[in-house]
Amino acid sequence: MSAPVSFDLRPDLAKIAERLPSGSRVLDVGCGEGDLMEALQTRKACDARGMEIDPEAVAKAVSRGLSVVQGDANRDLADYPDSAFDVAILSQTLQTAQRPDWLLEQLLRVGREAFVSFPNFAYWRMRLALLRSGRMPITRHLPGSWYATDNIHHLTVTDFREFLTERGVQVTGNWFFANGREIGGGNANWRAEHAVFQLSR
Amino acid sequence: MAPTSETTFRTVTLGTPLELDSGRQLADVEVAYETFGELAPDKSNAIMVFHALTGDQFVAGTNPVTGRPGWWERMVGPGKPIDTNRFHVICANVIGSCLGSTGPRTPGPGGRPYGMDFPVITIRDMVRAQMALLDTLGIERLHAVVGGSMGGMQALSCAANFPERAGRVLAIATTARHSAQNIAFHEMGRQAIMADPNWQGGDYYEGAPPAKGLAVARMAAHITYLSEEGLTEKFGRRLQDREAKSFGFDADFQVESYLRYQGLSFTDRFDANSYLYITRAMDYFDLAEEHGGLLAYAFRGAKDTRFCLVSFDTDWLYTTSDMREVVHALNAVAAPVSFVELSAPYGHDSFLLDVPALDRVVEGFIGK
Repeated sequence: MSAPVSFDLRPDLAKIAERLPSGSRVLDVGCGEGDLMEALQTRKACDARGMEIDPEAVAKAVSRGLSVVQGDANRDLADYPDSAFDVAILSQTLQTAQRPDWLLEQLLRVGREAFVSFPNFAYWRMRLALLRSGRMPITRHLPGSWYATDNIHHLTVTDFREFLTERGVQVTGNWFFANGREIGGGNANWRAEHAVFQLSR
Repeated sequence: MAPTSETTFRTVTLGTPLELDSGRQLADVEVAYETFGELAPDKSNAIMVFHALTGDQFVAGTNPVTGRPGWWERMVGPGKPIDTNRFHVICANVIGSCLGSTGPRTPGPGGRPYGMDFPVITIRDMVRAQMALLDTLGIERLHAVVGGSMGGMQALSCAANFPERAGRVLAIATTARHSAQNIAFHEMGRQAIMADPNWQGGDYYEGAPPAKGLAVARMAAHITYLSEEGLTEKFGRRLQDREAKSFGFDADFQVESYLRYQGLSFTDRFDANSYLYITRAMDYFDLAEEHGGLLAYAFRGAKDTRFCLVSFDTDWLYTTSDMREVVHALNAVAAPVSFVELSAPYGHDSFLLDVPALDRVVEGFIGK
């Protein structure tokens, strides 16, 4: 990796930050306390807005001077006008959505482009854990028991590619990560712990 | 109204008559105001705080009328979230009120108090007076405008009608439109005042004021400022200074005693006609209506203004969904907006009370 600017962020977020054109208008859906937004604003002169469901995280983000609206992406994304943003970002949230298909439509409606990152359920350690124990795997990226997890729509890299093809969504970039490092794209459905896709209509 | 007449208020007289939404003019308008903290030489650090229905200009420090701390002492002052070591805070009494600004108790052209001859004013008229005050003070652009409840309405109205005057708008526990329920509660209060024989069609300044009517109005309104949960926690069904129910109509319950006290103490500091006029202004408030029917139109000029909106989960007077409508409109014009619903047990009054999360949001949004 030869990032022109290095970001002190989670690897998927750092990849998104690195790829985003400077000065973009960005909506970070599920922005948490706004780490990515702050990096984009200060390092890449982006006009970053956020949406976050947890009021305490929103309060923290606002107290950092960021523009964050408390809301539920499953519902409140519909409030934004078409093409309101250059880029809409959905990081590690797709698998928690009530309707991931609706959410993706909304992302590509409010943003001309979208970055989506998600944990890959077909990662080999997952497969092995399931094969060996016969139980839902609990890992670093997917902590929490089956009944308590927010991740209600698990998916794999292959599932996601098929889903995009069916909907005519263009993949303009994809990156894969394991053990906190970027890996090549070969056999990603086995090897990737999580994935980042850059999408457009 | 004995205490207020003894206090000398700091006022300016506006040089030109105010053109009101009603089509009428109000001449020789006096605006009473207070400032806190030093104005920077480049005048870049001024913040205007708008007060709520029965509030006043004494936002911080000690209120000379009551001798008690200012109504937002916890938020405004040296080292507070709105830090007067850094910011020059201006707070003015709204027109129509009774703490030094021109209102129904002020002598009109004939020399007698206006009473019901005072023109009906709107939230936008109040903001016009605030902006005229800024003109007098030589402050063109504010770092921020801030307000809760009716103060938040003024903050939103300021953003819609005078977007060039403020860089940031912080509106707390408020709405862009009074609902039927909001109007209904106010009408009940107004009718209580008008039903008091002392009201005399508003011409009571030489006799006894309609204190009983005003007290009932305040009691009813006060209930809307609290949450059911808060009332239950504070009073439950506990009895007041007695072991058993009296089988009469004394204030048996603590909550009755509390409300009676709230009503009564209010009449010492507030003019009944002012209460009529200010509640009317709030009822008339519909920011979308005054901008062509769509709330987004109201904010067309404010797309570069930074907004922060805060609601409270137990506020049933101005709800989170009221606030979401404002968020929606601001998104439509791509204004930078933050919104958070904070959890606090005190209902609408939460914005005045101890909610540390609010302090953090205010401090962070206003900036260091």
